[in-house]
Amino acid sequence: MTIGAEPLVIGVGNSWRRDDGVGAEVVERLRGKLPTLELPGEGTELIEAWRDTGWVIVIDAMRSGGPVGTILHIDAAAGPLPKGRFSCLSHQFGLAEAVEMARLLGRLPPKIEIYGIEAADLGQGKGLSPAVEAAAIRLSADLLEMRR
Amino acid sequence: MATKIIKVGALARVEGEGSLYVRIKDDTVTDVRFGIFEPPRFFEAFLVGRDYSEAPDLAARICGICPVAYELGAILAMEDVLGVTVSQPINDLRRLIYCGEWIESHGLHTYLLHAPDFLGLADALELAKVDKPLVERALRLKKIGNDILEIVGGRAVHPVNLKVGGFYRSPRKAEIRRLRDDLKWAIDESEASAKLFSGFDFPDFEQDYTFIALRHERDYAIHQGRLVSNRGLDVPVSEFLDHFDEEHVEHSNALQGYMKAGTSPYMLGPLARYAINHDRLSERARAAARSAGLGPVVLNPFRSIIVRAVEMLQACEDALALVEGYDEPDRPAETATPRAGVGHGCTEAPRGVCYHRYQLAEDGSILDARIIPPTSQNQKAIEDDLRRVVEANLDLAPDALQWRCEQAIRNYDPCISCATHFLTLTVEWA
Repeated sequence: MTIGAEPLVIGVGNSWRRDDGVGAEVVERLRGKLPTLELPGEGTELIEAWRDTGWVIVIDAMRSGGPVGTILHIDAAAGPLPKGRFSCLSHQFGLAEAVEMARLLGRLPPKIEIYGIEAADLGQGKGLSPAVEAAAIRLSADLLEMRR
Repeated sequence: MATKIIKVGALARVEGEGSLYVRIKDDTVTDVRFGIFEPPRFFEAFLVGRDYSEAPDLAARICGICPVAYELGAILAMEDVLGVTVSQPINDLRRLIYCGEWIESHGLHTYLLHAPDFLGLADALELAKVDKPLVERALRLKKIGNDILEIVGGRAVHPVNLKVGGFYRSPRKAEIRRLRDDLKWAIDESEASAKLFSGFDFPDFEQDYTFIALRHERDYAIHQGRLVSNRGLDVPVSEFLDHFDEEHVEHSNALQGYMKAGTSPYMLGPLARYAINHDRLSERARAAARSAGLGPVVLNPFRSIIVRAVEMLQACEDALALVEGYDEPDRPAETATPRAGVGHGCTEAPRGVCYHRYQLAEDGSILDARIIPPTSQNQKAIEDDLRRVVEANLDLAPDALQWRCEQAIRNYDPCISCATHFLTLTVEWA
């Protein structure tokens, strides 16, 4: 499969849970400029969404203990994500599991990058923390720049 | 004196949003708490002051796995207030999209979330390592459900084509017909799934449940019917709050449902529907159940995985019949005119009865909203199961006992992660 000139950008999360909406925010800023999708993060949908796509960028909120608004870039095609939680508890089949499942099934796009943005507030409601919103603006600009 | 505590702090992706606590003292279970987070509470407050027509799309955002349950519950309640009756083709399309939701939800849960329990595997990834074709089958079943949502609802996640009165746009006949071959395949595979799951090793455990489900005069009830129990209750959905209510318990963000009459918990979902509507199953679904060793009533919650396969078969058969009989409706929606009043809507979400009640002002704005999701209603039944599962398995090693408890929770396919979906990573920060 060819990688292609433009990535499919998938924003993952729930925009009704504050900073969990950062993926949707980046997608909103890229709409019309790059191919985009907004998904809640259910794993099988992700595997389906990136089917037959050469280059995928996934944006997700993360909690890693780092400073709020930190952007972490992960080359998911190169190897497993940093230690996550792989468990089938309840609906727990999300992005990390989707990446590893796709790798096992030979369905991982040849180029797949994940940008995790450190979240602060995951309470109910809309609107991002200032540091997270700043990260979304910065990342959106970088992704557009990369296209050029 | 020996005290043992089982504590699982992260049943969902977010600590505290789904948790389990069991305390055992001298071989007696002294405390069981299953705590969950329920987003509908927030949405109820959020809906007040909005226009009635906004409720379906807003309610759909409550859950990424079962948006149709929330969307259609809101729509039916609004139509109840406004006195709207939809045409048969619109009603059929509603059933079709709901079948899609059952197929994708049951396909995901049975294969990727529940089956690993019975195979002694940690998760779906382990399953993929030992049986790739099985996982591929699950993904295809899930996709067929999603395709129905996309074709009827405009998109697979949080469908946008449903409205009070019907649909914004009627799906084209050719689009609907495209689902035929996939559904034929899915019928065969659902049947095979029931057979496969029947070969699993099930814990010896039964409870004399009070079952509650919708029951319809003709169909295996999904989106319409009366509220019926196996203990004699048979009332219209408008009487829901006369018989059921919720109460706050300290250990859970969610309210817990209870029946006003009696003290025992009640169970919603596949086992309840199956027991109450066994005679409404298709011949093929009934035969599949029989071949899988199920009688007309299943009291072992661990066997719910087989019942979900039977329901998936029923949903695929229903969907195929609706697809083959589909003609584009003359108009995609009935007209709705705002007026004051109170309305009720109730459907069978994949995990059980989901109830909506709204009060509207003269101009159609929402004065009051009440949404009672299935998982909060099943909470007491889950805790009751846990208590008995622990008591029956005190001889198990702590790890095995914890595993059995988590499995007992998964029997209910509880919807507790409709909340946040972020990545949890362990990163060494220099």
